[in-house]
Amino acid sequence: MSKKQIHLAAHFPGVNNTTVWSDPESGSQTDFASFVHFARTAERGLFDFLFLAEGLRLREHRGKIHDLDVVGRPDTLTVLNAIAAVTEHLGLGGTINTTFNEPYELARQFASLDHLSGGRAAWNLVTSSDAFTGENFRRGGFLKPEERYDRAQEILDAATALWLSDREPVKFESAQFTFAGRFTLPPTPQGHPVLIQSGDSNEGREFGARTADAIFSRHGTIAAGQAFYQDLKGRMPRYGRRPEEITILPATTFALGDTEAEAQENAERVRREQVSPQTAIAFLEQVWGRDLSAYDPDGPLPDVEPDAGATITRGRVRHEKDPVAVATAWRELAAAKGGLSIRELIIETTARQSFVGTPKQVAAQMDEYVQQDASDGFILVPHLVPGGLDEFVDKVIPELQDLGSFRTAYTGPTLRDHLGLERP
Amino acid sequence: MTRPGVAVGEGMGAHAYVAVELGTGGEPSAAHHLAGVRAVAHSGADLVLWADSFVPPDPAEPPTLDAVAIAARVAPVVPGIGLVPTVTVTHTEPFHISKAIATLDLVSQGRAGWQVAVSRTEEEALLFGRKPAAPPALLWQEAAEAVEVVVRLWDSWEDDAVIRDVATGRYVDRDRLHYIDFVGEFFSVKGPSITPRSPQAHPLVVVRDEPDALPVVARWADVVRVAAPDLAAAHTAREQVRAVVTGAGRDPDAVAVLLDVTPEGPDPVEAVRVGAADGVTLLGGPDAALVARLDELGLRRPVAGSATLRERFGLPRPANFFAEAHR
Repeated sequence: MSKKQIHLAAHFPGVNNTTVWSDPESGSQTDFASFVHFARTAERGLFDFLFLAEGLRLREHRGKIHDLDVVGRPDTLTVLNAIAAVTEHLGLGGTINTTFNEPYELARQFASLDHLSGGRAAWNLVTSSDAFTGENFRRGGFLKPEERYDRAQEILDAATALWLSDREPVKFESAQFTFAGRFTLPPTPQGHPVLIQSGDSNEGREFGARTADAIFSRHGTIAAGQAFYQDLKGRMPRYGRRPEEITILPATTFALGDTEAEAQENAERVRREQVSPQTAIAFLEQVWGRDLSAYDPDGPLPDVEPDAGATITRGRVRHEKDPVAVATAWRELAAAKGGLSIRELIIETTARQSFVGTPKQVAAQMDEYVQQDASDGFILVPHLVPGGLDEFVDKVIPELQDLGSFRTAYTGPTLRDHLGLERP
Repeated sequence: MTRPGVAVGEGMGAHAYVAVELGTGGEPSAAHHLAGVRAVAHSGADLVLWADSFVPPDPAEPPTLDAVAIAARVAPVVPGIGLVPTVTVTHTEPFHISKAIATLDLVSQGRAGWQVAVSRTEEEALLFGRKPAAPPALLWQEAAEAVEVVVRLWDSWEDDAVIRDVATGRYVDRDRLHYIDFVGEFFSVKGPSITPRSPQAHPLVVVRDEPDALPVVARWADVVRVAAPDLAAAHTAREQVRAVVTGAGRDPDAVAVLLDVTPEGPDPVEAVRVGAADGVTLLGGPDAALVARLDELGLRRPVAGSATLRERFGLPRPANFFAEAHR
């Protein structure tokens, strides 16, 4: 065996401002045809799996439904089952929240997907404690923040007990769950679905090291990627696991061009599309915690100080730590860059594409990243539905294959085969 | 009592609906379930229903898959036929049911329905461990709330909510998204759904007739399944359904009553011919000969291959509850 192989997942562009809906090439975000096109492109590119995110309440900004980004998505599991009908090898991964589901039902739904897809299911476990999302569910926002990973672990233990029970009686008792009975299904083609984890806190990393088959990370530079990679894989021996039992996939964006200059132009154009004037103000309001709609997005940053205690966006994680410190840093940055406008500043400070260049250059950059153990591959987050993966598959995949770093055919029917994982 | 010569399914058009109810059991593979659904489609039936529950089959019996999963798996590759899985409401979140069935409608291009059912047994309650089994009256009171939430969530997005207005930077017009603000005895749900309004807007709601289910039948059912030992009983059951639907202020001609076909029961063709049923539900698998007999009697009209399930039942695409209320 020669070179370390790259694993690729394809994130269907959805509810966030990475997805550009204003582009003339942007199609329906919800028609099934869009999912079919995207999934078949990923399969043509021999990707390991398709991935769908989830959010169970429409985001709000300043007390109203956030209307600037893509809003709305179909039910994750139902779409994945339908995509199983129009693909043959592609893995089918989805986020399902552990807080607003019960283990028996969830275990049966994921086992059904794995059986009906011939062993291609993957579950990204997320756990949320927010009462805001809870308002859409019977039990409301019942979960204490400090119990999030307890719940994730308990629901996973419960689901695993059912999946592997071989229809023998299961009696399960934990702090959050007490149930008993037999499962309706035998172990699935993969034994049980592939498990994905994406939390980056210490607890999240520990949970991932103990349980996950794949991990979504968000570490950009090679150095940051390597640090995460070593940290995460270093935690695995404690749980009797080998490093190769987890595939680490950082979220990755890209911009391509026939020349490097053209790729840079494309990258800048997309970033302007991603940060519309209204989006720039909304980003600013998240930090400032107050209404800034009177400010000109093409004008300078506000003189007023942020309201440090306010949270005006709900339904998404607030990443900014100290709003006053962020505002100060942004003012300094805007001045240092020759007086950036609000929109220019937001474009400057929100993440730029991970890889920009010709297909050959991008392939080389990605290969270097993986060969230096900054990751085991990538989850690509294109900016367009449904064609956001087309150019990558047509032009970058062949380059990766030429480098000897990416498969030229699927070697087995299941997602565990693609990821090189053993059956549990 | 029989009514020879009476026009079939008054107001519904001369069409005798044929449903076939399949189980979710068998070899747990796409191939097995695809073969079953293709046989139903080939027989000329209008829709396939899937019976489903959380009750684990005896280990000697075949395993059961999730009904919505099966329906979604076959939807893209079996055209024409209506796809109606059972989803129980007793232990499942109505928010999840709403988006799952709306999404089945999306992936089937408007052929989805939902057979509403409750979980009656202690065995099922123990699988969840959240509450004990409850008597049917209570289960159906809770079900009424669940169905209302599901249908309201289907309307929580107006059809034209996605505007993609580059000038104002707005993807969606939030005035066309609606909090349902449902507050019931059993639970409350805020909304809106995360899933846009589906091709049919309201996938077909199917309910099996039983005394405690009548309020749900009256208010929400598009199709009601009845069981009857003879023609007179079938006729009475149909009249009772039509009466409660009328009592709820709805048009009884917009609700189809399908008779479960059993070996002991009345002749299904005769039941339809005399107007004791608007159609039938076959429990023992597809029956092309029965469809042929109905055809020969002129009791079925041609349906366009691209028809939605509602169109097949002569039902219009419903107006939006919230758009109506807010304008």
